[in-house]
Amino acid sequence: MKKIIITLLMTLMPALGMASGGGVHLDKVEIDLQNQESLQNGARLFINYCLSCHSAAYMRFNRMGKDIGFSTEQLKELMYSAEKVGETMTVAMRGEEAQKWFGTKIPDLTVVARARGADWLYTYLRTFYLDDSRPWGVNNATFKDVGMPHVLWELEGLKKPIYETSNEHGAEESKHITGYEIVQPGKMSKEEYDNAMRDLVNFMVYMGEPAKLKRYTIGIWVLLFLVVFFVVSYALKKEYWKDVH
Amino acid sequence: MSKMTEFMGWIDARFPMTKMWEDHMAKYYAPKNFNFWYFFGSLALLVLVLQIVTGIFLTMHYKPDANMAFASVEYIMRDVDGGWIIRYMHSTGASAFFIVVYLHMFRGLMYGSFKQPRELIWLFGMFIYLALMAEAFMGYLLPWGQMSYWGAQVIVNLFGAIPVIGEDLSIWIRGDYVISDATLNRFFAFHVAAVPLVLLGLVVAHIIALHEVGSNNPDGIEIKKNKGPDGIPLDGIPFHPYYSVKDIVGVVVFLMFFATVMFFIPEVGGYFLEHANFVPADPLKTPEHIAPVWYFTPFYTMLRAVPDPFLGVIAMGGGVVILFFLPWLDRNPIKSMRYRSILHKMNLMFFAAVFIYLGYLGVNPPEPVLAEMGLRFSEVYFLFFFILWFHSKTRSAGFSYLSLIALVGLFSIYDLARFNEDNMGLVFISWLIPTGYMAIMTLMPIFTNLNQEKPVPERVTK
Repeated sequence: MKKIIITLLMTLMPALGMASGGGVHLDKVEIDLQNQESLQNGARLFINYCLSCHSAAYMRFNRMGKDIGFSTEQLKELMYSAEKVGETMTVAMRGEEAQKWFGTKIPDLTVVARARGADWLYTYLRTFYLDDSRPWGVNNATFKDVGMPHVLWELEGLKKPIYETSNEHGAEESKHITGYEIVQPGKMSKEEYDNAMRDLVNFMVYMGEPAKLKRYTIGIWVLLFLVVFFVVSYALKKEYWKDVH
Repeated sequence: MSKMTEFMGWIDARFPMTKMWEDHMAKYYAPKNFNFWYFFGSLALLVLVLQIVTGIFLTMHYKPDANMAFASVEYIMRDVDGGWIIRYMHSTGASAFFIVVYLHMFRGLMYGSFKQPRELIWLFGMFIYLALMAEAFMGYLLPWGQMSYWGAQVIVNLFGAIPVIGEDLSIWIRGDYVISDATLNRFFAFHVAAVPLVLLGLVVAHIIALHEVGSNNPDGIEIKKNKGPDGIPLDGIPFHPYYSVKDIVGVVVFLMFFATVMFFIPEVGGYFLEHANFVPADPLKTPEHIAPVWYFTPFYTMLRAVPDPFLGVIAMGGGVVILFFLPWLDRNPIKSMRYRSILHKMNLMFFAAVFIYLGYLGVNPPEPVLAEMGLRFSEVYFLFFFILWFHSKTRSAGFSYLSLIALVGLFSIYDLARFNEDNMGLVFISWLIPTGYMAIMTLMPIFTNLNQEKPVPERVTK
């Protein structure tokens, strides 16, 4: 009986059975917004590598400094194109130029972590591989035929994919990437690079919603207040309703 | 005379302050046996106030301009002091409004609150629900994200399916050939001024009508039929203070859930705030999967269940409109399901489950099996209203068989028309869903005593 019910539920609600239907496999990333060191490292990576092309037009330098612990001097060192700390993270590159170079508009990254999710970003940043058919010589396993070059190649190095060919689906052969092989090593080992990407994604999650840093704490106080309020209001109700029979 | 009484006397001579207070609060006698389900009316009022107040603050910072809207929402989330709290209250409030209203409506269904003499309360309520859907739909365009844009595009295009005037009508609604700045501006006007005014007026009418006839209760008994020598219903207690203090407890518990969502999971896994809506609207890029927000999805499933666009719109609209007729469909004199048959209770519970399942189907892409389920359960949704009417009184065996054959025949004709080699198995197996439902609901009264009703007591039970 139980089996029948489970089968029935799986047929009627397949999405409950497997959380991500189809899509690419995503590696989980540990997000820790309490870890200021990680956030600061992520911010440096973001500003040095991403901010040259991508803007983060809703994020202000001084807000970031206050939230993740950069002093004004430290901030100034990180501001390549901005002059005042109150400015947002914009880029100098014009839209039409980008269109010409990369074939697409370059998205703003302020809230990209909320649109794509941390795991997606973490996986995406670690799945660039060599592919001669692409204009920049690299492709991405998470975002197929992406217009972006592998900007972090000097850190990660360049890798080529190891394919596995399977033909379980009848005659049609399909190729999956099962792993990578480093062709040209970068400045970082695989572990170092993974950690750096975790920091970067951590920062992008913070940037997507700076309020997240204090949301939980405020939430706990609100709930505690409501618990006390509940006790009082329930006692009041009991008192009034004593004489209702 | 104290200063206060003197002051109130001065007011009352000019405005019926005391009279209104007594009519609607201190001397409004409500049945003493309200249960859990009776919290949702006052909670709906609370959420309405919350939405209006947070909405006013959002309006102070939001920019209804296609070039600035998305950025102004992020500005509220980052640069406005406490802006994120206000915004999350408003976004959580939108979903909370529908949760509360759906539960409030289901309460009415269970205890027959829509029945004579409360038909107008139900109708006003349905118009509130309609206005609420318009309000939510237009409000959802304002953040100007991808889902805002494409959701609005899909819904406004539905008007285009209407024959003859459709195309012009949808252009008239948008103010452009596509969703654009003009659309954003007018939706903003409707969202912050027009629809809220209508909503408030309807809510006042809903409450005045309610206080005219008095509240129903879980027993479905008119408490005004049993009055004491003082003319006060024996089973009634003044709304204030009894229900005002009780509703405060309900409010606090509700706020606990509300705060949990707001502070810990404001996106609710993409159901309250969709992920794709964090990408600014791009008229040139259609998202892979356009799903409306969860509260519209049961009706969205009905739309998708019909291949013809215009008939789909009719099905979707019909799903909402048919609810208006509830008072004239369920004509059984017994109001509360407590004293109705087991079969009726089963019917109600199954309907609730079907509604939730249709909602689930609407958020997922229509893969073949799911699309078929969408069709079948949409059929069940509409058949439910027939069964409600059918169970209004004892039907003869002949009429029962006839109803079963006629209605099963009706949807089977459509199945025959779409029957082919590929979908044969699926169509046949899924055919058993509405057919089984109809068979149980129409034949059980003949072969079992599941349609046995219980005597309604004179006075309310605790």
